[in-house]
Amino acid sequence: MAYSDKVIDHYENPRNVGAFSAEDEGVGTGMVGAPACGDVMRLQIRVNAAGVIEDARFKTYGCGSAIASSSLVTEWVRGRTLDEALAIKNSDISEELALPPVKIHCSILAEDAIKAAVADFRSRHPVGAATLVSEQPACASSTRTA
Amino acid sequence: MTDSRADKAPPGQGQPVYLDYAATTPVDRRVLNRMLPYLTNLYGNPASRSHAYGWAAEEAVELAREQVCSLINADPREIVWTSGATESNNLALKGAAHFHKGRGRHLVTLATEHKAVLDSLRDLEREGYEVTVLPVLDSGLVDPAVFEAALRPDTVLASVMFVNNETGVIQDVAALGAMCRARGVIFHVDAAQAAGKVPIDLEQLPIDLMSLSAHKIYGPKGIGALYVRRKPRIRIDAQMHGGGHERGMRSGTLPTHQIVGMGEAFWLARETMAADNARIEALRERLWAGLSKMDSVVLNGHPQQRAPQYLNVSFNYVEGESLLMGVKNLAVSSGSACTSASLEPSYVLRAMGRSDELAHSSVRFSLGRFTTEAEIDFAIAQVTDVVERLRAMSPLWDMVQAGVDLSSIQWAAH
Repeated sequence: MAYSDKVIDHYENPRNVGAFSAEDEGVGTGMVGAPACGDVMRLQIRVNAAGVIEDARFKTYGCGSAIASSSLVTEWVRGRTLDEALAIKNSDISEELALPPVKIHCSILAEDAIKAAVADFRSRHPVGAATLVSEQPACASSTRTA
Repeated sequence: MTDSRADKAPPGQGQPVYLDYAATTPVDRRVLNRMLPYLTNLYGNPASRSHAYGWAAEEAVELAREQVCSLINADPREIVWTSGATESNNLALKGAAHFHKGRGRHLVTLATEHKAVLDSLRDLEREGYEVTVLPVLDSGLVDPAVFEAALRPDTVLASVMFVNNETGVIQDVAALGAMCRARGVIFHVDAAQAAGKVPIDLEQLPIDLMSLSAHKIYGPKGIGALYVRRKPRIRIDAQMHGGGHERGMRSGTLPTHQIVGMGEAFWLARETMAADNARIEALRERLWAGLSKMDSVVLNGHPQQRAPQYLNVSFNYVEGESLLMGVKNLAVSSGSACTSASLEPSYVLRAMGRSDELAHSSVRFSLGRFTTEAEIDFAIAQVTDVVERLRAMSPLWDMVQAGVDLSSIQWAAH
């Protein structure tokens, strides 16, 4: 399978790999996927007092496209408010990385990881924020398209 | 020695190190040299009986038939040339099922068979045949008692692979064949991965139909054969019509050069198998010793009853495709779903009771005639490096290191 240059770049030089302490006050953690499906993403965001994501970390078990999708998302969410982060769509990710149709589920998973991380943060800081339950795709879900 | 080993650059400089011999093999130069005249000077049609061109081609085809038989101890009249093992499997299964449909319509096979067998049988199912697909043990072997119990009075045919293409596991075809013989069930064996790797003596083995391929043992692609036993005589319906070649079982002009190549490849295999196997097994053990120094590395398939060319390993907490992407200088294959068009991980490993995640983490290494010790050492270093890098970014590895039991987690996606 041929990978796009961007996928290869993120795979070989993944951005922001690592972890924050999930107990930290300003941290939201989202873990999506399942080992049996072949991909698990853990995305963490650190949110400042102004409600802006100032840093992000990820760890991913999955194919190169899954690693690239989560790496890309850690770059994209930085400097955004939570609502702005939630505006990132899987189609933006798959377009940026030129994912083939069979890999669209990787971008869906990355979008879900953002939702899950934001939801985790908001559940611990309930300042009138709407609770957002992330939609988890089943294995290889392609119900949402690019 | 006339082989392609001398052509190779040191591992890591030049072409990737090839450890995918179970997928296909290079044509041995000795084979190629035998083939070439039949593309240029000796281009006759072996079916042309009226001139010297045809006679020369026919002579070459018949010599190749004998060469193939020399490896498997069969009679040349029992060999039907085909385009490869996939066609041989189709011809054997559909041919026997159709010819004997008056006797019964039940067929038996294993869950770990090649798709050429499973898909052919599925096609027969659509025609109204009943197919029993038997499970295998965790080792990849079928339980002989389970196999025997599946044979019914209306069972016409059973099909079992000799050497599995993903794991190298060797089924006990002698015992299984004897059970079929005792019940008058035709026994077909897919030996595409077995010929030249394990001894095959068809005078001793109760096998009625056997599929063979050339390109798995240093012959060209696009040529194979079906062994059809004469004593007792096994009857099959042709699946390809037009001219009555190959005693009516498979029509079509014979590709002389391909057949010459297959014959020479089988002849060479007969001469080199013992020495090749000893050398390759030592390399395989060296590879396993190197890889198993890492934590959470699991061998797939029976540890002993396995052809020496194969090593199927799961690197737990690392997804197979991402591993293959990292080992850029290695040509290996993965049982992970992501490498194929389907999104299901290896059905062979799943049938062996491996969890989805272990199946997703599996890599098949297959060694061959031209594999060197330097290549094995290079492969160990590459794989170790990439597995460590990927585990460092794996949330699963993180959790396992922190003492979390992954099975205790409620994963969202199911």
